[in-house]
Amino acid sequence: MSVRAAVAQAHRESYAQVVATLIRVTGDWDLAEDATQDALATALDRWRTSGIPDNPGGWLMTVARNRALDIVRRRNTEQRKLAELANLPEEPQSPGQDDRLRLIFTCCHPALSLEARVALTLRTVTGMSAADIARVFLVSESTMTRRLTRAKTKIAQARIPYQIPAGPDLAERLPSVLGVLYLLFTRGYDPGGPSEFAAEAIRLARLLDRLIPGEPEVRGLLALFLLQHSRRSARLDEQGRPIVLTEQDRSRWDHAAIGEALAVLPPPDIAGVRPAPPATHGNRRSDVGAGSRERAADVSAEECRWVADGPYAIQAAIAACHVAHETDWVRVADLYDRLALLLPSPVVRLNRALAHGYAHSPARGLALLAEARAGGGLDGYAPALAVAADLTSRAGDPVAAAQLYESAAAAAATDGERSVLLARARSLSE
Amino acid sequence: MKYMMFVCTDTEPDTGDAPDIDAWVEENDAAGRRLDGDQLAGPGAATTVRVRGGELLLTDGPFTESKEVIVGYDVLECADLDEAVRVARAHPMAYAGRIEIRPFVS
Repeated sequence: MSVRAAVAQAHRESYAQVVATLIRVTGDWDLAEDATQDALATALDRWRTSGIPDNPGGWLMTVARNRALDIVRRRNTEQRKLAELANLPEEPQSPGQDDRLRLIFTCCHPALSLEARVALTLRTVTGMSAADIARVFLVSESTMTRRLTRAKTKIAQARIPYQIPAGPDLAERLPSVLGVLYLLFTRGYDPGGPSEFAAEAIRLARLLDRLIPGEPEVRGLLALFLLQHSRRSARLDEQGRPIVLTEQDRSRWDHAAIGEALAVLPPPDIAGVRPAPPATHGNRRSDVGAGSRERAADVSAEECRWVADGPYAIQAAIAACHVAHETDWVRVADLYDRLALLLPSPVVRLNRALAHGYAHSPARGLALLAEARAGGGLDGYAPALAVAADLTSRAGDPVAAAQLYESAAAAAATDGERSVLLARARSLSE
Repeated sequence: MKYMMFVCTDTEPDTGDAPDIDAWVEENDAAGRRLDGDQLAGPGAATTVRVRGGELLLTDGPFTESKEVIVGYDVLECADLDEAVRVARAHPMAYAGRIEIRPFVS
């Protein structure tokens, strides 16, 4: 491995740990970031001459701590920080005390605005530069730097504690953390979005799953990311046009990611996850674990049989149904019923209508679609018109369906989407 | 750490059961968390004071025309924002109105 690659890997794997520990010890976010950046720069230089150390993370921690000590010594005022830094243990602490988790929960504190949470998480947990974050959010670097400074100032002034919430507070605070990761992921998953965001979101979700083991919503979120990400190279054709799921080339799906997702889906015996009635769903997912990784290429409809209660676990369950060889639309419709109760957004209602249209009858789907549209937020939204067209076609009215596809094409957001919708309209008119 | 709690009204109150104010005061006084606090007279009794170019300007009413009105305050001593939020969320006006928490600078 080249030195540059080794430093990049150490950055990915250890940045959060080093920054998080230094923040805990010094309470000084800027100092922690500066010392860690300096340690990375030193690594690039030092590893060229003396070789890559056996434990790059430990090396970074030591060098960053010494750098922080230097800075604090030079200020010569903060005796407490000095003593804490000098006594910093070399060995990482137990997961319950994990500094990275403190860092994530602090960056995602609900007393900060959502945009500040996302920026701060990217900056301090993943170590992305303010310039890179600014580029993705289409603001100037100075605006992003101000946003980050404001957030850190609020943390210090309002004294937002640097700790992992305990007991019932954890359940209350978790959605904010998961929401930030979800935003990161969707931002990275959008066509043309920065794909490293999606990868970072997956990495952070994996980390969260390790640090808070067995939490159904964390596992649901991780599984949801992995399932969506598994289709990234199959979802667009050569011209960049979207390919619907049923027509995607399954051999281009990332089956290792699907296997990992199915292995982390919450088993039904965890609190917050209800087992489905045995009469209708049978024995579900008794084979969760290592075995499903190898069998990932052959996902059976049984794989999506577990039942979850949280919004991310439900969305993961839906995604799992869609990677099965045959989609169990009755179950998808049932899951959307539950999701719509938790997240009654226009898009969730739209998908619910489609699922019922496939599970039961086009007429039922169209009725639910009319309900969803009456709820607002879907006017001029191309996917809503496309769903109407699809269900109308299935209801046996190709003329009306073709017209609806044409309206959908007129409302399409991208050229790729438009050409797909026009092709459908044409195929119905022939 | 000292925090100021501004207790305000809100145009969209929660209609469910709210905690009892006397119990709230008693509990936080006993814990030494509530250093001071009181109710304030309505905005009709407010006077806004400015000095511009050496001249005193008095205005009848609060400094912002708003449907939300500060009706009380409490000064808290808490370890951090999370503790202050725990105290504020147990106040009846977190249900019937809204509460702003601000740290003291010193």
